[in-house]
Amino acid sequence: MSVEAREARQPWILLSPALTAVFLLLFVPLLFIVVYSFWLRTATGSDQVGFFLDNWREALTDAFYRDILFFTLKIAAITTLVCALMGYPAAYVIARSKGNKVLLLLLLMLPFWISYIIRTMSWINILGVSGALNTAMMWLGVIDAPIQMLYNQTTVILGLVHFLLPFMILNVFVSLEGIDTTLEDAANSLGATRWQAFLQVTLPLSLPGLAAGGLLCFVLGAGTYITPLVLGGPGDAMFANLVFEAIITQLNWPLGSALSLMLLAVLGVLVMIYNRYLGMAQLMKGLG
Amino acid sequence: MGGTMGWHLLRGWTVLVYLFMFLPVAVVVLLSFNASQFGSFPMTGFSFRWFVELAHNDAILRAFQTSFVLGLMTAVISTTLGVLASLALVRYRVPGSNYISTLLIAPILVPEVVLAVALLLFLNFLGINKSFTLLLFGHVIFTLPFVILVVQARLVSIKRDVEEAAMSLGASPRQTFFQITLPLMMPAVLAGALFAFTISFDDITGTLFWKPGGVETVPTQIFAMLRNSISPEINALGTVMILLTVGLPLLGMGIARSLSQKRGG
Repeated sequence: MSVEAREARQPWILLSPALTAVFLLLFVPLLFIVVYSFWLRTATGSDQVGFFLDNWREALTDAFYRDILFFTLKIAAITTLVCALMGYPAAYVIARSKGNKVLLLLLLMLPFWISYIIRTMSWINILGVSGALNTAMMWLGVIDAPIQMLYNQTTVILGLVHFLLPFMILNVFVSLEGIDTTLEDAANSLGATRWQAFLQVTLPLSLPGLAAGGLLCFVLGAGTYITPLVLGGPGDAMFANLVFEAIITQLNWPLGSALSLMLLAVLGVLVMIYNRYLGMAQLMKGLG
Repeated sequence: MGGTMGWHLLRGWTVLVYLFMFLPVAVVVLLSFNASQFGSFPMTGFSFRWFVELAHNDAILRAFQTSFVLGLMTAVISTTLGVLASLALVRYRVPGSNYISTLLIAPILVPEVVLAVALLLFLNFLGINKSFTLLLFGHVIFTLPFVILVVQARLVSIKRDVEEAAMSLGASPRQTFFQITLPLMMPAVLAGALFAFTISFDDITGTLFWKPGGVETVPTQIFAMLRNSISPEINALGTVMILLTVGLPLLGMGIARSLSQKRGG
């Protein structure tokens, strides 16, 4: 074999183990559950191979699934909004601070290394019946008996915000860091107030980072089932909880396949919309 | 004046946001040293008793063992696959490399629940039931994109000049790889492996789908213990995990830094 041919083949030899793994452990399994979703779980507990639309009919028309899908999207949307409102100013301060920027960034990385389950359960120590807040309020005499603040929709959102906020801050920070600060100075010298300069110069330029952070918060938030199990009540099940129930508890794998694919489709559409939006933003940048 | 006022407000807000991120975790650490019977306030005294109990809890020790072995094996396999793929993407002109990169990070573009279901059902169809093997396959495919992202970012900064110099001085490609390229790549390899280990060690979303009954990793063990009530042992276990997952990367960064300093100096 010629040297050129060997050189051309080499990257494919290097890539093949990883590509094989992704194909065999992701793409083929995804195709497999598409097929599986048309099978039927029989009363005896075995799967009947064939082409049945029953699972899809149930997943797409049953009001129970539809309501939980909307509930899931609502929780994810509120979480994303709260993350943006809390995270944007913080990202701005980190990007513009001089002395302790490295420290602030290092601290921002820490939550990524602390286990999700520990961060989620840590709120039980704060809001539980004998948690920090109840203990403090009783000591201060604000309340006589502890109140149950946990296991509702608000604590699910709280847990998700706590988990996803670092993703938002990091993404906004990265885009703010890429903006030339002299642009704001220029706007100021042309007579804009600081607030105007921010609204008309910095904020629009940081939108790609905000969108990326928002997408991450939304998709990760909408795909969780652990947070509702730990911090939610019985009525706070999200869509991924339905998938978990169908697969692990009811062992109805064909239905679980259909529900998984539904979740994938809804969140996939969002990623595609985002792609399109960012493409447009890119286009505008090119024009400007 | 208005400007500095606004800046102070923003800084105050940022302090609150950081407190929000860290205070609950700090409370976990604080309560793990609580001498009280219950895993809650008030603090009745300072004690290591919950850590001692941890060390005598067989279920927890088994969970640690499972998590360690799983994390190590995941790190080795994932890093090997990831480093090879990254080398191809950074060092060669591969036609369609953009598409290949997207394909390789696809496992984190798909919601983890969906990945978990697909892998469980497909491997079960092939005759691989819920088992350690299934867990390992799952953790490898889930950590691979992170390894590739980290390693690729670091490989870019290694210059090819050094390798070319070695070759021109008569080193064979094999010698060049093992004596020049690999040592230069070590920080990237180490970073990738640590990343894979930490992600595997922390994972619960996929793990709950893949683990066989009776086998627990540390996160699923914590999850199972939460079902009963929050005991001081959970807080102690949480503290140990924080020490591990925060301490290991810091240690790794230190090693990577000293390696690169030795080379530079």
